[in-house]
Amino acid sequence: MSETTLSTILFLLFVAGTLAITFWASRHTKTAADYYAGGRSFSAAQNGLAIGGDYMSAASFLGIAGIIALSGYDGFLYSIGFLVAWLVALLLVAELMRNSGKFTMADVLAFRMSPRPVRTAAGVSTIVVSIFYLLAQMVGAGALVGLLLGITSPAGKALTIVGVGLLMIVYVVVGGMKGTTWVQIVKAILLMGGATLVTLLVLGHYGFNLSGLLGDAATQSGKGASFLEPGLKYGTEAQGLAGKIDLISLGLALVLGTAGLPHILIRFYTVPTAKDARKSVLWGIGIIGTFYLLTLVLGFGAAALVGSKAISEQNAAGNTAAPQLAKAVGNLIFGDVGGTILLAVIAAVAFATILAVVAGLTLASSSSFAHDLYAHVFRRGNATEKEELLMARVAAFAIGAVAIGLGILAQSLNVAFLVALAFAVAASGNLPAILYSLFWKRFNTAGAVSAIYGGLVSAVVLVIFSPVVSGSATAMFPDANFAWFPLQNPGIVSIPIGFLAGWLGTVLSEEHNAAKFAEIEVRSLTGVGAEKATDH
Amino acid sequence: MTTQQHDSSVYEEIGGSERFQELKRRYRSWAFPMTVAFLAWYLLYVVLSGFARDFMGTKVWGNINIALIFGLLQFVSTFLIAWAYARHSAAKLDPLADELRHEIEGNPAAADGEVKA
Repeated sequence: MSETTLSTILFLLFVAGTLAITFWASRHTKTAADYYAGGRSFSAAQNGLAIGGDYMSAASFLGIAGIIALSGYDGFLYSIGFLVAWLVALLLVAELMRNSGKFTMADVLAFRMSPRPVRTAAGVSTIVVSIFYLLAQMVGAGALVGLLLGITSPAGKALTIVGVGLLMIVYVVVGGMKGTTWVQIVKAILLMGGATLVTLLVLGHYGFNLSGLLGDAATQSGKGASFLEPGLKYGTEAQGLAGKIDLISLGLALVLGTAGLPHILIRFYTVPTAKDARKSVLWGIGIIGTFYLLTLVLGFGAAALVGSKAISEQNAAGNTAAPQLAKAVGNLIFGDVGGTILLAVIAAVAFATILAVVAGLTLASSSSFAHDLYAHVFRRGNATEKEELLMARVAAFAIGAVAIGLGILAQSLNVAFLVALAFAVAASGNLPAILYSLFWKRFNTAGAVSAIYGGLVSAVVLVIFSPVVSGSATAMFPDANFAWFPLQNPGIVSIPIGFLAGWLGTVLSEEHNAAKFAEIEVRSLTGVGAEKATDH
Repeated sequence: MTTQQHDSSVYEEIGGSERFQELKRRYRSWAFPMTVAFLAWYLLYVVLSGFARDFMGTKVWGNINIALIFGLLQFVSTFLIAWAYARHSAAKLDPLADELRHEIEGNPAAADGEVKA
């Protein structure tokens, strides 16, 4: 049996298993709390795994391992930002949001504000961030299947994108948060298992001598000791000062973005209490941290055992480094059959990874569309629960369709920057609005709206005029040149703009509601009046 | 899943009470400086990765250099801060928060804004 057949079978098993769970979950999904928040009845450990499942995207697994395999140490910089970011979520956001919100990010922001403008802004931002992230994953799925299953025609890739899109729509529409959470849990277990297995084999091959592995990686990369030092990818000496500032800009967006990502924030609502939200983040930090340590070994292992040349021949960005490593190390230890099986397993895990992440994003954006924009803005709070849930499912279809369409259109474009952009928007618009809402008494409607739009618009506009969209060989549109912003990452400018706009909007408006602030402050810290878990 | 609603004056009263102010102080005096500290520690790492490459490339043991150790220390500090926060919350925040919550939710008079602060 060839590896493509085997990985297809394994992947179909994953799909069959998760679909079965999804249809089971649909029988327990009746109320809005079930659909949006999984009945708030997941345990901290389950939600911690699901946090890992939502967060460890293909960009993390294949992307970071690939960057390390090709550019060495710099991939590690990415994973450290992704991990440290969870402390912002743990210390400042998770518990307070669980206590004061209901279904979406906007619930917390609109608490003491004029609800319609704030929900509109938060809904728009949620959908924009999720679509950026979604699009990067969809295009990645098309590229990946081409490499792993040997489907290289544009039509074959388009078909893959349609398939991934349809599956994610089914997970979300049928299973709601309950089904989607179980998909994340299964995926997180598979991903951790697969990554651990390959890591142990690589380390075993080197007699658990990390220094030996690093030395081999440096030699095989052809770049010597500099392969183990920062500077081959981000802020290279050739890019000069702008490149180094760009590195800091990226670091800021990574560390501040996570706590503003809507699909991560709604995870905190799926557990019964704020204490469980805290514990689930602790589980998440343990799982995600361990995972990034594994990717370090996977990346350097791929550099040492596969070699940069073989990796970049398969995929210029190194996205297939982890599967290639699985095959190489399997061959070395178990012979050809072992290599084939291991490659098939890792390829199937990679598909499961993409599928789970896109489902989480579709759920977050369609929930916000239905709960914030439809029920509270268009219908002014007069929609029935049934109407709202119907709209949530319609929105999941629509967003899924948009993601499929854009994914196919963007197939041949380099859209890898969209993940970093999603983090930058989340850090520039959402995070200031959330932090001010929770901690600043004077904060008001004008402040919330200016923070979100100020951060969102500045991040997007700066990226449009940056070298990632035009004016460079690796840009989205390499043949055009309308770039005037020198950095690839807008965070260092747009994050301060978001915080400043929120402050300025606030002080320029007289409005503020002291009584409501007292309420959100007491509720967020004590859990009085927090939404309870539903019993089934 | 109906949520008990309270008159907003209850919250202002509780919010002004000494014990709530103590809870808020215990939370903020731990979380805020720690956030500043770990962000500064992280930014130091990023800035050194950009501007102090010779230092970061110094080999310490075999092929293990300062950059790798510094990176791994970010993992260690993240795990330690998360663990310390869990301990701080369990010891200093949860008991007080639970006490206040039970008082407001358990006391029917609370709904009329007659909580003893």
